[in-house]
Amino acid sequence: MSVPVGVAAGIPDRVVRHRLGREDAIRWGLIALFALVLYLFLLYPLWQVLWRSLLDNGGRFIGTANYVHYFSTPAIAASITNSLFVSAASMVLTVTLAFGYAYALTRTLMPARGLFRVAAMLPLFAPSLVQAFALIYVFGNNGIITRTTGLNVGIYGAKGIILAEVFYCFPHALLILSAALGATDARLYDAARTLGAGPVKTFLTVTLPGVKYGLVSACFVVFTLAITDFGAPKAIGGKFSVMATEIYNQVSGQQNFSMGATVSVVLLVPAVLAFVVDRLVQRRQYALVTSASKPLLPERKAWKDTSFLAYCGLIAGFIAAIYAVILVSSLVHRWPYNFGLTLKHYDFDTAGGYRSLWNSIRVAALTAIVGTTLTFVGGYVVEKCRTAAAGPLYLLSVLPVSVPGMVLGLAYIFTFNAPGSPLNLLYGTLAILIVSNVIHYFTVGFLTATTALKQMDAEFENVGASLGVPFYRTFWRVTVPIALPSIVAISMYFFLNAMVTLSAVIFIVAPGTELAAVAVLLMDDAGDTAQAAAMSVLIIATGLAVRSLYWLAMRGVTARTQAWARSGTTTEDHTP
Amino acid sequence: MSAVAAAVALEGIAKKFSEFVALHGISLSIAPGEFVCFLGPSGCGKTTLLRIIAGLERQNVGTVRMAGRDVSGLPPAMRNYGIVFQSYALFPNLTVGRNVAYGLETRRMEAGAIGRRVDELLALVGLARHRDKYPAQLSGGEQQRVALARALAPMPALLLLDEPLSALDARVRQSLRHEIRGLQRRLGVTTIMVTHDQEEALAMADRIVVMNAGRVEQVGGPAEVYRRPLTPFVARFVGQMNFLSAVASPRGGWARVGETELRHQPGFVAAAGSAVTLAIRPEEIAVGPSALGVPNALTARISGAQFLGPFTRLALVVEGDGGAALECDVAATAFTALNVGEGALVPISLAPEALRAFPSAGAAS
Repeated sequence: MSVPVGVAAGIPDRVVRHRLGREDAIRWGLIALFALVLYLFLLYPLWQVLWRSLLDNGGRFIGTANYVHYFSTPAIAASITNSLFVSAASMVLTVTLAFGYAYALTRTLMPARGLFRVAAMLPLFAPSLVQAFALIYVFGNNGIITRTTGLNVGIYGAKGIILAEVFYCFPHALLILSAALGATDARLYDAARTLGAGPVKTFLTVTLPGVKYGLVSACFVVFTLAITDFGAPKAIGGKFSVMATEIYNQVSGQQNFSMGATVSVVLLVPAVLAFVVDRLVQRRQYALVTSASKPLLPERKAWKDTSFLAYCGLIAGFIAAIYAVILVSSLVHRWPYNFGLTLKHYDFDTAGGYRSLWNSIRVAALTAIVGTTLTFVGGYVVEKCRTAAAGPLYLLSVLPVSVPGMVLGLAYIFTFNAPGSPLNLLYGTLAILIVSNVIHYFTVGFLTATTALKQMDAEFENVGASLGVPFYRTFWRVTVPIALPSIVAISMYFFLNAMVTLSAVIFIVAPGTELAAVAVLLMDDAGDTAQAAAMSVLIIATGLAVRSLYWLAMRGVTARTQAWARSGTTTEDHTP
Repeated sequence: MSAVAAAVALEGIAKKFSEFVALHGISLSIAPGEFVCFLGPSGCGKTTLLRIIAGLERQNVGTVRMAGRDVSGLPPAMRNYGIVFQSYALFPNLTVGRNVAYGLETRRMEAGAIGRRVDELLALVGLARHRDKYPAQLSGGEQQRVALARALAPMPALLLLDEPLSALDARVRQSLRHEIRGLQRRLGVTTIMVTHDQEEALAMADRIVVMNAGRVEQVGGPAEVYRRPLTPFVARFVGQMNFLSAVASPRGGWARVGETELRHQPGFVAAAGSAVTLAIRPEEIAVGPSALGVPNALTARISGAQFLGPFTRLALVVEGDGGAALECDVAATAFTALNVGEGALVPISLAPEALRAFPSAGAAS
């Protein structure tokens, strides 16, 4: 052999190539397909928004003139500070309230914890408009409190938006915080006690540091949700303009697409920033809970349990009240003047009526199927096919979480309603709504899939290969069955979000493809508030029904296909 | 190699991970039916070498041949081997029977034949009763045997074992050593096992490949590697070994430790005055009356005694300037007969035929 032995410099950087077989062709085909989807439906449209913000409405390049105009027109520029203020306030309030609630669920023996957990999840089933509607029904100019007490708290504007966002974001913060508070090591508390630390000191030195990453994550999630939300500010904001509603005003109201694109790009900045900072912070996280950890079993303390019961009762009561108000207002003749029962508001006469509900259900179901397939197969090629493409594909896959729905929708107008483009075929179809939803909610599905895939033995594919079994067969017979709980959870996540989303679809619904959440908005705009409430009730009912079916199915699935799982371990459900 | 082609032949395998060189041009030939252990500390490159043979890792340079055929460019699926990983990687959602059948089902075998082969293999590893259980319902040792049966089911020409016993209890490990070795003998399948446990390698292998820092230090049978380590690394890594710093004497075959001149194994030549390292195993040091009137006799003080069941390990300090420290194993009964305690002076001898000599590190060629 003429190989120079023992000299690092003598070893070439290239590795010996393996002959390419049919399996490699399939593998690379999947990677290419995944990359194409992300490029066509995410990167290219976003690029269109960026480009349009540098053009005037006639299509001439004007550099940064739009930005100069945006920042120098006080009426529009106010939307930036308004957005930041509202989102920061919602963040502080929501995370504080949710922390106490999560603490009660995980660290006390307060009664009815299961019930409180479910109650707090209710806002996930409604468009963000619904919270705002309920506030208007109670505190608005014709609200029940305003009418009966004569006291008008001035709910329209920042106050109303913040309150609505708190309820809308509450379950998201709660999920993160209860996961963080639930994962702890009882031995740390034993150590603190043996060292003579009191409850306050223990809280400050053990509890808080243990959940700081969860707290940071919850803050960023709530901030991003609030700053990108369109429904609540649209319904209750009145003249108080935020960036999401400003995009809508520019595009739908004034047909000023270039200014819409400009505001979109500016809105991308805080959302992307929040995401990047969160990722950087989370990277420093280390495993607090190891296999040697002991779960913390809360002790019964009467005064503690009772005060937390009162606290959670109050919050859950508010949430329940919102839903009760929406339900009642959809069932009475005229809130708050005539409380006689009627079903006439369910006889929709505008905005597509029941067709929009069927459309929504179809779109949500197809979003679940397409989204789950794409995120899981995408997660698989990124996680298991170790190629040079994995890094860029991962980045593209986590990008959507910081793209506001309004921005994605506007980007799709630019991309799929461009004269002469073959992509126009999609415009005005249900397909584009499905694509929009899949991309909008892509990241959580993708991360759930990669987490599940990471937990699997890395050698499964190698064992398959050594036995001469093609990778796609091992994928189908081993990977998918093991990940089934995660797969079902991902599809649930896509379905529920597709049912309630407004921002990502508002720009691209067309006659014939009306959606229920958009119908709610249009009914409200037209003054049919009772019909809007009725449609909201139907959306919520659909979500709850599907969630219950999912729960039943999961019990079946777990019993049948996860029979192998060790007793005592439960499959984790990352999504609501 | 004679007329029969080597089952596995490695020619100049080199591998680097960015700037870290994991393997420095390894060449090795493994005969059909042989059981070879790659032995070395973690990070020595033994697992990387195994994965290159398996095609799971790609070398930068070098050729892998199996039965004379160059497989360097073939993906894992086309190399015809079975592999057992440290984690076993059993498919948790398939029963034991389905796991074993996994590699057979794509081979156009009729269902009846697959069933018979599965039964045959499960009987072979003594798990016939567990055919319909899931892996999680089995003990670690049983899971290990299922992984073995799965790897052997398609009758591969080569069996690769990546630290197959390291996740098991000491007792289970002992019995599985025998079982795997027996199975391998009966089936005659060429086997390569990676391990960091020298005892395991000594007990199981026909030949041991001792590796260190990406290089092969020594290749040889267990007794040879143990008795005649070629390098201080092998001496230290395989079994227990005492080292003494010495200086080569003018007369060949002798070296000076402090004031004492000791005779060592013949065959090692060093320039007079150059630094050498002498090595002897704890059980090769004679203590007590038997150490009187023999070559290389010394006096040492017992500085500690550690009772280890069948024998006692003595910590000794050689009398005289330098005061070299030695460890020596004395059978428990012999130690009782000596009737001495810590601090006592005892005669010891380092038998010349057991006293190995190596060039000292730094002075090595």
